[in-house]
Amino acid sequence: MTLRDFWYCFMGVQKREWLRFWQQRTRFASALVRPLLWLVVFAAGFRMVLGVSIIPPYVTYITYETYIVPGLCGMIILFNSMQGALSMVYDRELGSMRVLLTSPLPRPFLLFTKLLAMGSVSVIQVYVFLLIARWGVGVRPPLEGYLAVLPALLLASLMLGALGLLIATWIKQLENFAGVMNFVIFPMFFLSSALYPLWRMQEASPWIHQLCLLNPFTYAVETIRFALYLQWNPLAFAITLAVTLVFAALATTGFRPQRTRLLGVRNV
Amino acid sequence: MTLIPKLAALGILFSLSTPLWAASLAYVSNERDNTISVIDMAKLEVIDTIPVGQRPRGILLTPDEEQLYICASDDDTVQILDLATNRIVDTLPSGEDPEQFALHPNGKHLYVANEDDAIVTVIDVETKRVLAQIEVGIEPEGMGVSYDGRWAVNTSETSNMLHWINTETFEIEKNMVIGARPRHVEFTHDDALLWASAEIGGTVHIIDVEALEEIHTIDFRIPGVNQDRVQPVGIQLTSDGRYAFVALGPANHIAVVDAQTFEVLDYLLVGARVWQVALSPDEKTLLTTNGVSGDVSVIDVDKLEVIKTIDVGRFPWGVRITSGSGS
Repeated sequence: MTLRDFWYCFMGVQKREWLRFWQQRTRFASALVRPLLWLVVFAAGFRMVLGVSIIPPYVTYITYETYIVPGLCGMIILFNSMQGALSMVYDRELGSMRVLLTSPLPRPFLLFTKLLAMGSVSVIQVYVFLLIARWGVGVRPPLEGYLAVLPALLLASLMLGALGLLIATWIKQLENFAGVMNFVIFPMFFLSSALYPLWRMQEASPWIHQLCLLNPFTYAVETIRFALYLQWNPLAFAITLAVTLVFAALATTGFRPQRTRLLGVRNV
Repeated sequence: MTLIPKLAALGILFSLSTPLWAASLAYVSNERDNTISVIDMAKLEVIDTIPVGQRPRGILLTPDEEQLYICASDDDTVQILDLATNRIVDTLPSGEDPEQFALHPNGKHLYVANEDDAIVTVIDVETKRVLAQIEVGIEPEGMGVSYDGRWAVNTSETSNMLHWINTETFEIEKNMVIGARPRHVEFTHDDALLWASAEIGGTVHIIDVEALEEIHTIDFRIPGVNQDRVQPVGIQLTSDGRYAFVALGPANHIAVVDAQTFEVLDYLLVGARVWQVALSPDEKTLLTTNGVSGDVSVIDVDKLEVIKTIDVGRFPWGVRITSGSGS
């Protein structure tokens, strides 16, 4: 196998994801509705709540809208990754994922390619969201921040994609997505720094604060938040990266086509 | 590419990296700490804290930017801080409880509002003698002198009045009732209009200086902020007549007003209970003193954005910025 084969496969998977994205334009738009509702409706009620202290990476007082934008970027990626995981289960049952896995290229590479393809679609959504937040709500990070945040967004989408993949290997049926919502997406989103800064959580309850500190989503959101404001948070970045590697390792070893076949037999 | 353009490029780079003039500095009086914080305007950091008299409030720079006058309210004096040595070198007999003051363009006559005594004291800063004491309304605070030097205007917080003082006779020529608790006045650079803030009224009043009549009242409505928290105090006007900046007190916002149409263009979030504002001499930066949160917010005037908030002492009150091109 040459590098060209890898590239060919890589581009094939990317193109397929982009094609699917293009065919599901309405889903793309509707996926933006959720974070925008949070930003416009939920955050409006808390506008002045956070104008009481300055926390890094911010250098001045910010509105609540400004605070939750990075968290909502994380939310877009989180929902997309879980939906992606669902689609991989779907793919696995209908066989197109198996076709991909029959490729002679190493499986970790195939899965990484797949995750990156899903992630890049998420990243596009995040950018559209950031632009709407800038022009519509007036959340204006520095212009260079939009570039600096790209690696952070990709890393976050890889981490959450790997988690999605891991969950996909556990999910037995498509209908279990509701369970994923309740037991993965909501706790991850709410028990993090996405909606409130950690010092607020600590004030409210030390237990919740501890849970937030254990939640890898917190670090993904902080990596995004710091990058968007052109600052560097080594701890958040290191934890996000480490968690990504662990999730990816677990997911790639756990993701076996045989499992699908067995399930298929059981379903019959 | 020959060597010469390379060297020229290197030379340009080098000249850009070396400072050509002294840094612009901002001075902030901390009412509760009895200090002046010095901020380097290039780094936007506090570089020094100078102990001064008790309860420093209003401050102003002499035209040569070599001295800073400080109303040390509880010491009943105006202190003179030498900016080369950062030491108090002299005091002026200000009368009791000086709060705000303004220097006549002749550079000699200082008009001081004595809050407790209901008078305005005029001091000759060269001879250090009191030239006049003018009885005004109760709790005088705001002081402004027109750019042509003809008028000195004082606001009295409890009488809700503006007192127009003739600077030649030191006598009041007109008293004018405006909104509740007037705190601050500012002349437009062409002396055509006077802007006056009414803290309790929540309004800013625009007065035609020639006719001595109010021509417009500005109201402020900030989404998400209770209306009774909107308490305008400090005002700054750009010399091009484009913008007015109004500090809105416990609303924690600076209103950006179109100085021609009097429409509010934007509200900028700053720290808690913002009272005074100062434009840098190049008018590119505006500083605000946020009393309750104990910090100073930095506003980029071109972008109309708050770019940083800097911790200073407790209850920062007055602020002034040097041009820094002195050396």
